Amino acid sequence: MNVLNFVNAFFSDSAHWHGYDGIPQRLFEHVQYSLLALALAAAIGLPVGLLTGHTGRGGNALAFIATAARALPSFGLLVLIVIVMGFGLLPVMIPLVILAVPPILVTTYEAVRSVDPSPVDAARGMGMRESRILFQVELPVALPLILSGLRSAAIQIVSTATIAAYVSLGGLGRYIVDGLYQRDYEKVVGGATLVAVLALGTLALFWAAGRLVVSPGVRRR
Amino acid sequence: MNGFFDIPSDLQHSYLGLIGLHLREALLPVLAGLLLALPLAQLCVRFRWLYPPVLGATTILYAVPSLAFFVVLIDYTGQTELTVMIPLAVYSLVVLVPAIVDGVRSVPRETLSAATAMGFGPVRRYLQVQLPIAVPAIVAGLRVATVSSISLVSVGTLIGNQGALGNLLADAQKYDRPELAVNSVITTAVLAILCDALLVLLRVALTPWMPKATRGRPKTGARRQLPAPQDVIR
Repeated sequence: MNVLNFVNAFFSDSAHWHGYDGIPQRLFEHVQYSLLALALAAAIGLPVGLLTGHTGRGGNALAFIATAARALPSFGLLVLIVIVMGFGLLPVMIPLVILAVPPILVTTYEAVRSVDPSPVDAARGMGMRESRILFQVELPVALPLILSGLRSAAIQIVSTATIAAYVSLGGLGRYIVDGLYQRDYEKVVGGATLVAVLALGTLALFWAAGRLVVSPGVRRR
Repeated sequence: MNGFFDIPSDLQHSYLGLIGLHLREALLPVLAGLLLALPLAQLCVRFRWLYPPVLGATTILYAVPSLAFFVVLIDYTGQTELTVMIPLAVYSLVVLVPAIVDGVRSVPRETLSAATAMGFGPVRRYLQVQLPIAVPAIVAGLRVATVSSISLVSVGTLIGNQGALGNLLADAQKYDRPELAVNSVITTAVLAILCDALLVLLRVALTPWMPKATRGRPKTGARRQLPAPQDVIR
């Protein structure tokens, strides 16, 4: 198992554990970029998705946006924006957010749309205001699907933030990109392992969040 | 001289050559994924207990970033096209298995009973009744797999010029020619949209019994069942 030897060598080398290029520092950068991008994407995607889902308008427009965004190559977009705008945090955030908004937007729309109409009608018949219907009836039922949309976006961001090292940003991608240039295979495999572990951690985090926030009555279905 | 379609000579390809290479690197894995997914999904439909672990394993595989996947494979397959194509095939498989399982499961019980009553055996029933009815769901999965595969090939440029059109991105930086990057992004996006449109046409051709009005949108009932990987874009 060649790869396992590389992984072992990478993680047992104490030089990789501290300093500017140390694992904690790179991990912190990666998580920082990912959280910022996810927060920005959620701030755009969630309100729009909830609103269009509740009113049922704009579904075609959303489907079009999603198809268009899917067709855009994320890595190409990243390189292109950096070439046009120069290096920095903002040029890297733009493609990450552009790529994370559609899954959040579309899943949220679909989640609210697919809520069983009878409890919604009942709530309306009881005289609930539209905003209360959205937040107290539709949102709890739609929550599992909305979370899965956020999870897709988060995992996509974590893996695309790797590529951002190619355009001189920090983060875990540094090990992969630097390692490839330096022909230091140990470093490459170590970096790849770290990113994969972080992605799996994200998966676990969303699973735990689902257990925690989703109402048991909704979960049992 | 520095025209939009002038490809630097270090890529050893014309513009059309790069497009052909890109399509080969993107579409062969989707085909391989489909060929693997069909029997696997059939097993999951037959043995219900198999589906949750398969779904869990595929979700975890999908969480592995493409670049990480590529570099780990270099050790086994070298800096070749195969290194790019194997992860793409795995991603396609991951998207297609739940799509096919949900599609085949959505076939109404009465339809199956009718087929059995007409004397269809299990194999013929699967091929002539269940699969055709599952076509919209399968094509929906194929669309996601194809588009993401086309966009992911570009990342292959990071592991030594295996990215087809993505190699233009590296050259755009190397030779300070931004128009090459614009070319790469636009061409890749157009290829993805064209393949997507072709798949929509394929679905319309394969499901002549469906009324025109509902062709555009898959049934919401089927939609609700789709798990998260369907919506992942990379």
